[in-house]
Amino acid sequence: MHALSVHGLSKRYRNGVHALQGIDLQVAEGDFFALLGPNGAGKSTLISICTSLVTKTAGSVQVFGHDLDTDLEGAKSCIGIVPQEFNLNMFETPETIVVNQAGFYGIPRALARERAEKYLRQLSLWDKRRSMTRTLSGGMKRRLMIARALVHEPKLLILDEPTAGVDIEIRRSMWDFLRGLNEQGITIILTTHYLEEAENLCRNIAIIDRGRIAEADRMDSLLRRLHVETLVLSLRAPIAMAPQIAGHEFQLADPQTLEVEIAKDQDLNGLFASLSAEGVQVVSMRNKVNRLEEIFMRLVDRSGAAP
Amino acid sequence: MSALPSAAVEVAAPSRARIRWIGFQTIVLREMGRILRIWGQTIVPSAVTAALYFVIFGSLIGSRIGQMDGIDYMQYIAPGLIMMAVITNSYANVSSSVFSAKFARYLEEIMVAPLPNWIIVAGYVGGGVLRGLLVGGAVAVVALFFTHLPVHHLIATIVAVLLTAIIFSLAGFINGVFARNFDQVNWIPTFILTPLTYFGGVFYSINLLPEWARTLSFANPVLHMVNAFRFGFLDRSDVAVGWAFGIMALAAVVLFFVALRLMDRGTGLKD
Repeated sequence: MHALSVHGLSKRYRNGVHALQGIDLQVAEGDFFALLGPNGAGKSTLISICTSLVTKTAGSVQVFGHDLDTDLEGAKSCIGIVPQEFNLNMFETPETIVVNQAGFYGIPRALARERAEKYLRQLSLWDKRRSMTRTLSGGMKRRLMIARALVHEPKLLILDEPTAGVDIEIRRSMWDFLRGLNEQGITIILTTHYLEEAENLCRNIAIIDRGRIAEADRMDSLLRRLHVETLVLSLRAPIAMAPQIAGHEFQLADPQTLEVEIAKDQDLNGLFASLSAEGVQVVSMRNKVNRLEEIFMRLVDRSGAAP
Repeated sequence: MSALPSAAVEVAAPSRARIRWIGFQTIVLREMGRILRIWGQTIVPSAVTAALYFVIFGSLIGSRIGQMDGIDYMQYIAPGLIMMAVITNSYANVSSSVFSAKFARYLEEIMVAPLPNWIIVAGYVGGGVLRGLLVGGAVAVVALFFTHLPVHHLIATIVAVLLTAIIFSLAGFINGVFARNFDQVNWIPTFILTPLTYFGGVFYSINLLPEWARTLSFANPVLHMVNAFRFGFLDRSDVAVGWAFGIMALAAVVLFFVALRLMDRGTGLKD
């Protein structure tokens, strides 16, 4: 069974914006799925329709077999949502927010309190349970939204840019936490602007652009499609002009930084031997952009070029 | 955040009816928590205003008026003042609560939950009714310091106050859904609700009015509510009580379906 199955989904807003134009998408049960796309591509609209916060214009959505049109309550009970923007009552405490959310899903008060403690502890918010939410930091508010989304123990967790504005340390611990949830069988759909995040966490990916699915594939298959990578080489000493070496084209970014494109079947030993022969010493090397970012830019550019 | 969640404890899935009941209770409890948390804004002002009305209109001016419809003036205005508090507070509670939740987007907490729209409407109305009754009760206590309040028809009194609180909670819900800013939350109370209440027979019997004004007053729904309530306490009414209850019941049903329709269409919420 698919955790999420979307067919021919369209959304045209009153102002005429055609945010989704016939989306087809399947997310398998237990998957860790990335939904990527530039700003305004339609990611949040897609998520909002799945959680019934936005009405669709056409198409169908099923969540674990529950159709949004015929069994909305069944579909909603399977989903936990962490939205992109804070949607918390800033005058309530984290404990109240999480306990109430459990109540909205029909969880009795005593069990709701147990669950609230469990998730607030796991998300390192237990000490703040009686603070006003408005006094929490941005990272804490994000974690509170995750605790709130988990309190009814959903089968499908949708996170819309959960690590936006969160520092590196907390982001990494959030990754571990999400991996743990996924290992327990919770299907996770993630949208993020940090492509490294999607590459690290997700097994499958869909790239959405201008309301259409530009690509949907396994993450490893997609990455294998990248034939050329650009490497950035830091040099020990400055050079006046880019070296001329057969089979390679160099760009001198600055006197101590060279950029070179390497095809997938080219080895690096030859490159470094040639550079040594030219008297150029490399002290460090990195990819110019993240591999997924490279593919993302190419796909988005390509779909932008389409009529 | 390093600790990973332990395996979920298997809990028998609750029935849909139970989910709805607990969801309804949670919305009402949340509203109740809000009302009590900001009691200085929600409960006290109406009690203070009512005390001032009793001192000025009841004691100072009322002593010169004497009787109204065969009843001591202070006693005559007491049910109307209680009803005025119920109307303004049940309306204000739901309109501001719904609009605030919409504005700060935490209404989404309820909208993503597996609750049908009628439960969401009922939950907010439940909160509005509770505040209306709480403040109405406070005003009644204040009234008892100034006058004696007999109850001639207990059931009529209870039904009148409940229906009124439900009607204005529903109206407040509709206002909250439509409002695009805080000004629009205040327009209806200022320009519609207050005039209707003041011309709704709180302070006078419409028998004092000229014929045309009396006829016009019958179109004011608040007149029927105040008189039905006054009938319950004092056995006096300017309108046919049966009609008054019929109008109130009809208004409650119509407003409920309007609110439900707005929720179903997502008006002001899902676009």
